[in-house]
Amino acid sequence: MKLEMRQVAKSFGSRTVLSGFDLDVAAGEVVSFIGASGSGKTTLLRCVNLLEPIDDGAIFLDGDEISRIGRDPNPIRRRIGIVFQSFNLFPHMSVRQNITLALMRVLEKSADEATGTAKNLLARFGLADKLDAYPDQLSGGQQQRVAIVRALAMNPELLLLDEITSALDPELVGEVLDVVRELKGSGITMLIATHEMMFAQEISDRVCFLDAGRIAEQGPPSQVFSQPRDERTKQFLRRVQALGKT
Amino acid sequence: MIPRLPRWDRVRESFFNGERLRDSFPRLLEAFVLDIKIFAWSTPAILALALVLAIARSSRNPALFPIRIFVIGYIDVMRGVPVILWIYLIGFGVPGVGLERPFNSPLLWGSVALVMTYSAYVAEVFRAGIDSVHESQRAAARSLGLSNSQTMRFVILPQAIRRVVPPLMNDLVSLQKDVALVSLIGPIEILRQAGIDKSKFANFTPYVAAAIIFLSITIPLTRTTDHLLARERRRTSATRVR
Ligand SMILES: Nc1ncnc2c1ncn2[C@@H]1O[C@H](COP(=O)(O)OP(=O)(O)O)[C@@H](O)[C@H]1O
Ligand SMILES: [Mg+2]
Repeated sequence: MKLEMRQVAKSFGSRTVLSGFDLDVAAGEVVSFIGASGSGKTTLLRCVNLLEPIDDGAIFLDGDEISRIGRDPNPIRRRIGIVFQSFNLFPHMSVRQNITLALMRVLEKSADEATGTAKNLLARFGLADKLDAYPDQLSGGQQQRVAIVRALAMNPELLLLDEITSALDPELVGEVLDVVRELKGSGITMLIATHEMMFAQEISDRVCFLDAGRIAEQGPPSQVFSQPRDERTKQFLRRVQALGKT
Repeated sequence: MIPRLPRWDRVRESFFNGERLRDSFPRLLEAFVLDIKIFAWSTPAILALALVLAIARSSRNPALFPIRIFVIGYIDVMRGVPVILWIYLIGFGVPGVGLERPFNSPLLWGSVALVMTYSAYVAEVFRAGIDSVHESQRAAARSLGLSNSQTMRFVILPQAIRRVVPPLMNDLVSLQKDVALVSLIGPIEILRQAGIDKSKFANFTPYVAAAIIFLSITIPLTRTTDHLLARERRRTSATRVR
């Protein structure tokens, strides 16, 4: 799915997060967003998913303007999956129920069909035995993989990943990133907000550095990470390197 | 110690008279059935109405703004006046406009008054539960394409209700006692029966008997509530440290 953002603006009160924001993502492209904490990565992804209404500008999916005021967001959200930093599984539901809820209530699939979808995806990501577990019986890495499965079950054309490994213990990061690696091959369009620079470098077709409400620098990972042109990008990467995060 | 107080014998005679107790107890127990009945039919109505009020009050749909204002006003007015006053006003007032049987029954309108007042209290309990469910749960549900009402029904309410069971039980214990207030507008339930027996024999023992009957219900309810509260606390603190 092709995504275009034109002159998008978003503020919270007097705090401007995005201003004059432009972005073009081709179908099947994997784009990573890096930038300091508070630079607006989460807000950007939430705007694309219409969880945050934008103040100005427009967002297009395959040429269709989805940000028009008064448009029903539900059919649009069905086509876009989002995975959150804090997993946000439904704690009162089993893994199966977490995954099948929207399949049954939104896509109106039968319970059998929905469970079949859940089982297939869980098996694909090594979670076959967790079908009837509850979120609090799972490790953070398992919970996040279930959250990814929940989003994928809707068969989205666009997947938004918001720092999906930030809340995880270091030894659990790998299993979650493996899921994303596998997805890259499947042709799904992905927008990834991340602090994992190595991962961004490896997985992305393009890396965007966010600063002051805009993309300060973007390009292929090799260029952005090895020969950044923008002074702020250089500073940011130096700081991250100093923290030993690359 | 107590038996040496000068008037103790008289107090024992008028409040703890074994013969009066044996005589009144079966009658009181029988009258208590009416309390139980009022409680039993009021409770589902209270819970249902309270849930509707809480959902309306928590709604974010701008189109429902007038309804939200109405609900807030209703809850404030109901909670701002003693329950007993509502029972008088509704229980005497509504049948007073000249309704025909069975719609002029004080029992009916007394129950209606209980439902109207208690639903306001319980609605606030439900609302606190709804507010306690983290915003990210709503975001997760909406992001999957669930509508506002589906999100409420499948994601928010089940979590909210689980959390408010203990405070809800507290309100039900209060209700169990306040049911007796309906006697003030006529129906012969336990408190009124005790009053009748007291007058007949000029002895207060029936009131003590009524108290014992109430305690046999409210103490187990209160203990259960505390137990649930403790369990809920353990559960949530466990989640916090994890
Ligand atoms: N719901 C909100 N209300 C007010 N301010 C917010 C809200 N969400 C985000 N912000 C502010 O917007 C800025 C960008 O936040 P965010 O998009 O979360 O950045 P990032 O994900 O890059 O860390 C921050 O200054 C943050 O405090
Ligand atoms: Mg963020």
